[in-house]
Amino acid sequence: MKIHEYQAKAILAKHGVPVPRGEVVFTAADAAAVARRLGPPVVVKAQIHAGGRGKGGGVKVVKTAEEAEQVAQKMLGMTLVTYQTGPHGQKVQRVLVEQGLAIRRELYLGLVLDRSTERPVLMVSPDGGVEIEKVAAETPERIFKEHVHPGVGLASYQTRKLAFALGLEGPQIAQAGKFMGAISDAFRGTDASLIEINPLIVTGEGTLLALDAKMNFDDNALYRHPDIKELRDLSEEDPLEVEASKYSLNYIKLDGTIGCMVNGAGLAMATMDIIKLAGGEPANFLDVGGGANADQIRNAFRILMSDKNVKAVLINIFGGILRCDVLAEGVIAAVKELGVRVPIVIRMEGTNVEKGKQMLKESGLNFTTADAMGEAAEKVVKLGKQETSA
Amino acid sequence: MAVLIDRTTRLLVQGLTGREGTFHAKQAAAYGTTVVGGVTPGKGGTTHEGWPVFNTVADAVRQTGANASVIFVPPPAAADAILEAADAGLALAVCITEGIPILDMMRVFAVIRGGPTRVIGPNCPGVITAGQAKAGIIPGHICKPGRVGIVSKSGTLTYEAIHQLTRLGLGQTTCIGIGGDPLIGTSFIDALSLFAADPETEAVAMIGEIGGTAEEEAAAWIQKNFKKPVVGFIAGQTAPPGRRMGHAGAIIAGGKGTAAEKMEALETAGVHVVKSPAEIGAAVKTALRS
Repeated sequence: MKIHEYQAKAILAKHGVPVPRGEVVFTAADAAAVARRLGPPVVVKAQIHAGGRGKGGGVKVVKTAEEAEQVAQKMLGMTLVTYQTGPHGQKVQRVLVEQGLAIRRELYLGLVLDRSTERPVLMVSPDGGVEIEKVAAETPERIFKEHVHPGVGLASYQTRKLAFALGLEGPQIAQAGKFMGAISDAFRGTDASLIEINPLIVTGEGTLLALDAKMNFDDNALYRHPDIKELRDLSEEDPLEVEASKYSLNYIKLDGTIGCMVNGAGLAMATMDIIKLAGGEPANFLDVGGGANADQIRNAFRILMSDKNVKAVLINIFGGILRCDVLAEGVIAAVKELGVRVPIVIRMEGTNVEKGKQMLKESGLNFTTADAMGEAAEKVVKLGKQETSA
Repeated sequence: MAVLIDRTTRLLVQGLTGREGTFHAKQAAAYGTTVVGGVTPGKGGTTHEGWPVFNTVADAVRQTGANASVIFVPPPAAADAILEAADAGLALAVCITEGIPILDMMRVFAVIRGGPTRVIGPNCPGVITAGQAKAGIIPGHICKPGRVGIVSKSGTLTYEAIHQLTRLGLGQTTCIGIGGDPLIGTSFIDALSLFAADPETEAVAMIGEIGGTAEEEAAAWIQKNFKKPVVGFIAGQTAPPGRRMGHAGAIIAGGKGTAAEKMEALETAGVHVVKSPAEIGAAVKTALRS
């Protein structure tokens, strides 16, 4: 799960990470009030979940409270397009107003799980303020890493190594140690999957501060962090994806015309792949899970069909736990309830497949069936094209 | 022969008395697996569906001679269940549970790596040795004893591969679902090492997914160490970057973990890579003939 910058800063501050003074506001008038309270100059920052806001016009430094009001007025309600939002962009509904600071240096700090060592890895670079992927690709020697032992935690010598590598000196070394320790505590204490401070700045006074902050969390661990779960901002997510999550369905909207409904994440991805190989474009990823019931199937179908780009649907189910007769029951109920407006190709295999096929046949509804994946993909792409040209 | 489990396996079910545990214990027994009992803390001394239930894994091992366990315990308690299985000295712990917090698994692996317990999963369909035994949820009726090993990150895609092979008259030795989480007990390389040492396995179908670098690491290892033919498929060729495709591990992040990179690495290593998931079975057949 993702949260906003101002929320991440509040969590990090609670763990002892120094952050700029600032407040989040929802109106331009409040932006002016906060700017007055902080004393200009201040920075007005659009709060959306995607990165790259600066380049998209979502971060502005202003010299007066009036200017803060004008900038906030313009930002609130605007659609910000960055390299992370996709071409549709994301609507700005809140802005963060922060004290403006003199910046001496811009550094990078990130903490993520490293799969190959099975430990969190703390990464720093003296080249902050730019995309870290770019640094990693072009000058990998400018990124320094230390792995955090799951039992021992981040050791002091590790923070010193990184601090010296960053070219910090004097009291900054101890400061960096405390900073990194606090980041590591926050990671562990909140079941974060990523913490990124870019830039981590050295201020005009020579102290360290998290000028920006990004935190993502492990969805599987949210049950033990109800306070963090509450920070989920549904307006940042696709409405169909939010609707799907209510029924424990895993749906991701894509741009194509062939809707698909599959059980299992791997098979769902493979189904998208085979649609593409057959000359079509998948409209979505939809995993109904291993043990879906008829009601979930019905809801999955409803969500799938509410995407108006869908011209044909491929249902590909390999019934292990999910029985084919349960699937057939759900699909028949959904089609009867919603009315079919596009062709449906069903390929199912596994437990109770004969019974499922029988049910589809006897339903009197117009389904196309297929025995193998390749055949199913070809049929659905062909039907989708006919539908488009009709 | 085969690998991991066979007729001699004595299987314990952690979480036997739950709905999933009960259902799959019965399925495993019906397939021929020797299921020796279950563990549900607080229900020790009772019986469930004819099986003895124990409070602790250690008790169960002492009294039944269990040497493997399959774990159907809910996510908040699953990491602990794996640690308990390892502490009791079981050689194999297959964790089916989906949704275990990643930091819990990190702690588990920090403890058990280097020890005698092999963990499969979590978030996996488990293991089946065709015609002999199974620990997990892979449907037995689609399998047929034979000479192909399968290792896969994905559950239903494993079934798909098994089904294709069986329809072509090609049987399997052991099918291993290693799971789609970022941290897993048994990697592609671990599974391939087992297949390398198994004389009955003559070819392997390897099914990967976008995300991480496990497939690339496996490719490098195959090139150096693995002499049997391998057919590879990578799911997620059309997945957009930055979106997690169901499995926690299946995400293209920072330009890394794409299907194209993985397919190229495998091809370079001499793996027969198929673009279409419908061609896995046929490609294995061809690879075995050549």
